[in-house]
Amino acid sequence: MLAFAIRRLLEAAIVMLTVALLAFVLFRFVGDPVNQMVGQDTSLEDRMRLREELGLNDAVIVQFARFVAGAASFDFGISYQMKQPVTAIIAERAPATIELALVAALFAVSLGIPMGVYTGIHRDSWLSRVFLAVSLIGISLPTFLIGIFLIYVFAVKLGVLPSFGRGEVVRFGFWRTGLLTASGLKALILPAITLGLFQMTLVTRLVRAEMLEVLRTDYIKFARARGLSKRAINFGHALKNTLVPVITVIGLQLGAVIAFAIITETVFQWPGMGLMFIQAVQNADIPVMAAYLMLVAFLFVLINFLVDLLYVRVDPRIRIYGRGA
Amino acid sequence: MTQPVLSVRDLVVGFPTRRGVLTAVDGVSFDIAAGEVLGVVGESGAGKSLTGAAVIGLLEPPGQILGGSVHLEGKRIDTLEPEAMRRIRGRRIGMVFQDPLTSLNPLYRIGEQIVETIRTHAKVSSATASERAIDLLEEVGIKGARSRIHAYPHEFSGGMRQRVVLALALCAEPQLLIADEPTTALDVSIQAQIIALLKRLCRQRRTAVMLITHDMGVIAETADRVAVMYAGRIAEIGPIGDVLRQPRHPYTQGLMGAIPAVAGATATRLTQIPGSMPRLNAIPAGCAFNPRCPRAFDRCRRLRPEPITAGRTEAACWLLAHDAGVAS
Amino acid sequence: MQDAPEQFETPPASLPRTAQQPPARLTPAAAEPSRLRRFLDSDLLHSFLRSKLVVLAAILTTLLVGAAFLAPVIAPHNPYDLKSLSLLDSNLPPMWEQGGEPGYPLGTDDQGRDILSTILYGTRASILIGLASVLLAIAIGLSAGLCAGYAGGRIDALIMRIADVQLTFPAILTALLIDGVAIAIFKTYDLDAAKFGILVVAIGLSFWVQYARTVRGVTLVERNKEYVQAARLIGISPFKIMFQHILPNVLSPVLVIATINLALAIITEATLSFLGVGLPATEPSLGTMIQIGNRYLFSGSWWMVAFPGLTLAVLALAVNLLGDWLRDALNPKLR
Repeated sequence: MLAFAIRRLLEAAIVMLTVALLAFVLFRFVGDPVNQMVGQDTSLEDRMRLREELGLNDAVIVQFARFVAGAASFDFGISYQMKQPVTAIIAERAPATIELALVAALFAVSLGIPMGVYTGIHRDSWLSRVFLAVSLIGISLPTFLIGIFLIYVFAVKLGVLPSFGRGEVVRFGFWRTGLLTASGLKALILPAITLGLFQMTLVTRLVRAEMLEVLRTDYIKFARARGLSKRAINFGHALKNTLVPVITVIGLQLGAVIAFAIITETVFQWPGMGLMFIQAVQNADIPVMAAYLMLVAFLFVLINFLVDLLYVRVDPRIRIYGRGA
Repeated sequence: MTQPVLSVRDLVVGFPTRRGVLTAVDGVSFDIAAGEVLGVVGESGAGKSLTGAAVIGLLEPPGQILGGSVHLEGKRIDTLEPEAMRRIRGRRIGMVFQDPLTSLNPLYRIGEQIVETIRTHAKVSSATASERAIDLLEEVGIKGARSRIHAYPHEFSGGMRQRVVLALALCAEPQLLIADEPTTALDVSIQAQIIALLKRLCRQRRTAVMLITHDMGVIAETADRVAVMYAGRIAEIGPIGDVLRQPRHPYTQGLMGAIPAVAGATATRLTQIPGSMPRLNAIPAGCAFNPRCPRAFDRCRRLRPEPITAGRTEAACWLLAHDAGVAS
Repeated sequence: MQDAPEQFETPPASLPRTAQQPPARLTPAAAEPSRLRRFLDSDLLHSFLRSKLVVLAAILTTLLVGAAFLAPVIAPHNPYDLKSLSLLDSNLPPMWEQGGEPGYPLGTDDQGRDILSTILYGTRASILIGLASVLLAIAIGLSAGLCAGYAGGRIDALIMRIADVQLTFPAILTALLIDGVAIAIFKTYDLDAAKFGILVVAIGLSFWVQYARTVRGVTLVERNKEYVQAARLIGISPFKIMFQHILPNVLSPVLVIATINLALAIITEATLSFLGVGLPATEPSLGTMIQIGNRYLFSGSWWMVAFPGLTLAVLALAVNLLGDWLRDALNPKLR
């Protein structure tokens, strides 16, 4: 178990370094950092001096090391666009995205799993067809279209839910939460549904496919041959075997949710990291882009690692024998 | 004469497809008495497993029973409601399958699976069921059963797992056990152990056994009577000794000739039956075996033979009619 | 002479338990049927025709694609010609509403562009980008997968390592990143002209991994088969083995992935355009149109979002349905 954890940690470190390299290349070589920061009238001497100050004339390796060290201490430089430290901007925006992502994931899982189980067990009922149709729509339509549609129905036509912003927020240190106010909760509903819908359909389809696969196995056949009740088979044996791989995939999806938040935040003008990233792309604000990249990579790698540990814990075959059951 | 435990009459199992019905089991009839082992032997695709699945009511759709009847201890079971059939499974008919590595749910402990099965069919406390589980495991030869019931399936070897499977199939004390290729996936040395175990357990409990296999050697070791299946029909059925020593049907004769003898005959060539078993959508008219039969004649190609008694066996072959002088 | 077998259109729900006459038997065909006959009789065509929904999807897709490619011919206006636009004609509602004009059947946007024409041209752009990026992804993924699976060892490890790193990010993020980098690099040039190519590269590069993995899997299996080992013994060059022998086995799963991918590629382009980093407003795609129209949603100009949105939704759904059906039809496990 320990050897496994160490190996995964090493792999994670390699991935992080690769991403860091990418981010660094972006940071340093795309466009010119000095030209980004100064106006057109700045003299050549001032530019040269700035280059020296920023350490842009040192060896590339040194610069990379400095970059990595900076990243490790959460220093990503100054945003070209907003002229503030990138870390401060991220700290301000992160809570909004994380809250949104968690609520969306909760929505996706709490609806997706039951729907998937139902359509797996009752393959041909009309309700299953309805669920599958909904899942097809959820997986086919682009997120922003769904968001706009929801806004039109609930904000423009019915006027019951807000179409942008977070509503009122309550501060806890640097964290601003919208979960404790009525307007905050209302503002969370449409974006969470928009963000979570795609994940929900993914979960439904995954659970269904896994369920169908499990129901075809020999051990389920043997369970039927022993006369176990439908309930025992579907919810005792099949469900447990279905959920074990599904849970790990859902965990991995959490990372995707954070990335997809970019779109949802744009549609709803939600003041989170996603909106920040899009604005950075539009304005070629490289430090912010690089920082977002590193952060997201770190989150993904962390989630992957935790999910792997979880899987080892949950599947007895791997727990006792190590990998390769 | 006491009533047989299992009585199958003219069973027809088929698959309705877009282009017609594929008949996989075509008019199969046999009885199994209490404590008797009937071996059902034949090539892959002869319909043996489907017959077993039909008896226990576990045919996978679109397969269906299209004709005939199945009686268990005198009562008809193939027309039962699904819930009634479910209660019979495990309690009165047990079944074991071929691959012990996939027959057990990997996420549940052995003890849990046995206790669950016991308590499905009998109202006993979990403590009682646990004790019975331990006794059963010891009976099938798992040492240290008291601690082993907490183990997971993957902690056992293939042979041990098949013992557990046997314990699970028999824990509710069924009257009939259907064993579908129970030793095919096991090493030869383990095969003998499992077969011996099966024999002992069923003999003690007077369980009727339908032993499905393609391995004639296993049949010879274990069965009291044997039914030879070909293309969904029974070619020959009779006491094991008689069929082995004096096979009546040309197909059975071919099978016997194809088995190498360990001792005795020097350098006799193994018989090879030319051709192969017909596919379900291309079964010949008349006797299904006629294209490959060295002794086929005109009637074989026109009329499907009925089972004809010769001594203590029955064989579906027109040659016997000729021999017995029955008018055509 | 055998009788012709009875044809069952749909399998009967349940047949009577004791059939009076024996069930219809299948008989061997008298002669080998022609390829057309085999195709018309095939399970693939049959499952296609049975599902009305899939047929509808196929018809809609053909209509949309056809209309889009005929855009220069059938569109009433040319929305790309900036000189022909007049701000006086902007924000007009569809022609059946009050204030609408027959010359602009679905209304106009804030620059005076005819919505119908823009939808036609925009759909064409979206489909072209989708197709091109899928082709690019296949080209890269196929080559990478074949090489990785065939060569093994270090090359395999390297390619798979790159794939793994890229897989930590969702495709949309990769596409966004490449797009953003391109914007930063080409800042000083005329960006709009290069946008098409940039989008194809961005989306194509974000999707190659799936193909590479599948192809690698198949290659690994095929490589160990005897016909490949025989070819190697004879001395046929590895490239020839890869592309002549292994490639045909790989086409079926690649096709399935490609169909599903196409819908995703179109949606990704639409999303990028909606986010403002895709096709520009001067040569808008469906996504760009929706972005522009979104600003006017509250002020009541619903047609600027509704029509492009509807087109995009129908296109995405139809292609997805086709991809789903294809995947189920080609999946041997479900037969």
